Amino acid sequence: MANRDLTPAQRVALARNPDRPGTAEFIQNLFTDFFEQRGDRLCADDGSICGGIARFHGRPVTVLGHRKGRTLEEHVAFHFGMPAPEGYRKAQRLLTQAEKFRRPVITFIDTPGAYPGLEAEARGQGEAIARSLALMSSLTVPVVCVVTGEGGSGGALALGVGNRVLMLENAVYSVLSPEGFASILWKDASRAEEACGVMKLTAADLLELGIIDGVVPEPEGGAHLAPQVLYRELDAALTRELDALAKLSPPALAAGRYKKFRKMGEHALRKERP
Amino acid sequence: MSSILAQRRQKLLAMKALRSGPHVPVYAQEDCPGCGQPVERRALSGHRFVCPLCGYHHPVGAYYRLSLVLDKGTFRELDANLVSGDPLNFPGYQAKLEGARRRIGTGEGVVTALGRIGGVKAAVGALDSRFFMGSMSAALGEKVTRLIELAGKSRLPLILFSASGGARMQEGILSLMQMAKTAAALEQFSRRGGLYISVLTHPTTGGVTASFASLGDIMLAEPGALIGFAGPRVIEQTIGEKLPEGFQSAEYLLEHGFLDAIVPRQELRPALIRLLALHGYGKGGESHG
Ligand SMILES: [Zn+2]
Repeated sequence: MANRDLTPAQRVALARNPDRPGTAEFIQNLFTDFFEQRGDRLCADDGSICGGIARFHGRPVTVLGHRKGRTLEEHVAFHFGMPAPEGYRKAQRLLTQAEKFRRPVITFIDTPGAYPGLEAEARGQGEAIARSLALMSSLTVPVVCVVTGEGGSGGALALGVGNRVLMLENAVYSVLSPEGFASILWKDASRAEEACGVMKLTAADLLELGIIDGVVPEPEGGAHLAPQVLYRELDAALTRELDALAKLSPPALAAGRYKKFRKMGEHALRKERP
Repeated sequence: MSSILAQRRQKLLAMKALRSGPHVPVYAQEDCPGCGQPVERRALSGHRFVCPLCGYHHPVGAYYRLSLVLDKGTFRELDANLVSGDPLNFPGYQAKLEGARRRIGTGEGVVTALGRIGGVKAAVGALDSRFFMGSMSAALGEKVTRLIELAGKSRLPLILFSASGGARMQEGILSLMQMAKTAAALEQFSRRGGLYISVLTHPTTGGVTASFASLGDIMLAEPGALIGFAGPRVIEQTIGEKLPEGFQSAEYLLEHGFLDAIVPRQELRPALIRLLALHGYGKGGESHG
């Protein structure tokens, strides 16, 4: 089926396809000289967020993203790409260094959400995400974010406060998984497909709502069918965005990002007599 | 300020607090959720809706919450008429919103205001957990952000009382984006030297926990409040076991390093006055010892 004919539910399935390329593949195919930085310097290294320093067309950048893993062991270790607070605190460490060494930041977003577990709560999942949002909003280097698969809730947004936010054509981005949405709103998780329809989670919907800035086309049938084609498109899109942002001053980059998120939802307001 | 105006303001807040009321009518004929004993409504309202037998802190409405900490006659509400539209044309949402506004007497899930605490002018806000469970809507995010920006511009201390069930599902991704918006505003406020005191009340969860509620310079909570990112039910489903007693309680968070103090409701106003003074606001601000 042609990409443009896919239903929202079909895109959700494609976004979750286990063969879909993710952060590890993007780093390997679009970047050179990658040096992985591990650990949050507080207590652990959470592999569900992978990041470090690399070159993008020769220029040093900080690159990071969610990682679901390819093997059973990795799936278990990375909770299928659901970060613990340690993951977000590692990301904060990398972002702070990007700021210090004036490296542009590129993030890849692909997570069902932050991990809802006992230890994750004990170590402050909410605080970790909140700090990431605050930090990312204030960086004075260029930040380009790409939702590449599932962008689920605050766990996704924590890597998503960019000057430019792009989505792959079949990626989805939402306040909650369609299953969670259906179970909270209708007390019935089996109505997930219906939820996909009303949630406005596709790239086209989110572009129209002004949540994202651009859509990266995928090969027909989805990114996993012709990854090399996708890498070329993604490379071109990142190059374009980084070149444009390189012209802006550090204060303008921070101010521009603030303004972009400050406006989110302004069309959703009404004034009425109390 | 003219005293007639002050009296009027006080009356208005008292009226709104009464009309929007604490949650308590539900419990009036029932037993206290804390100790299981029957407690009379009158006894409760004399105790700021804290159970006189066991200390259980009943959730209270936003106007009532603010009336407990502000100096009499200083409450000036901001953006009272700013309400949520229906950005995604979500079936049934508009009618539910109107019902909630009528029933609860607030325009949205948060009330923001300027007022004085122990004579110190402050920007204050309180979420109301009865209004769509205090969930984050575009209007709630906007009111909180405007309050933060106003506090920054006017160099006022900021105090927010959180109570939230998480995201406003009917506003989808726009609800999510309010997390980034409020966190960004707080970061700017903080970098300019603003003081933010965050008070977590029962329950504070989801996107509110993962944004403005967790970013206070000073983090306070009411006794027994449930505070977390993921809800207890979601965690139980994920890990497939029952959660330990007291998990995600204010006491648990204090133990794990995420709070400065747990402050009972009757001690909150004096605690705020003391903290404001320690940061150089008000008469006790300058210490020359
Ligand atoms: Zn009791």
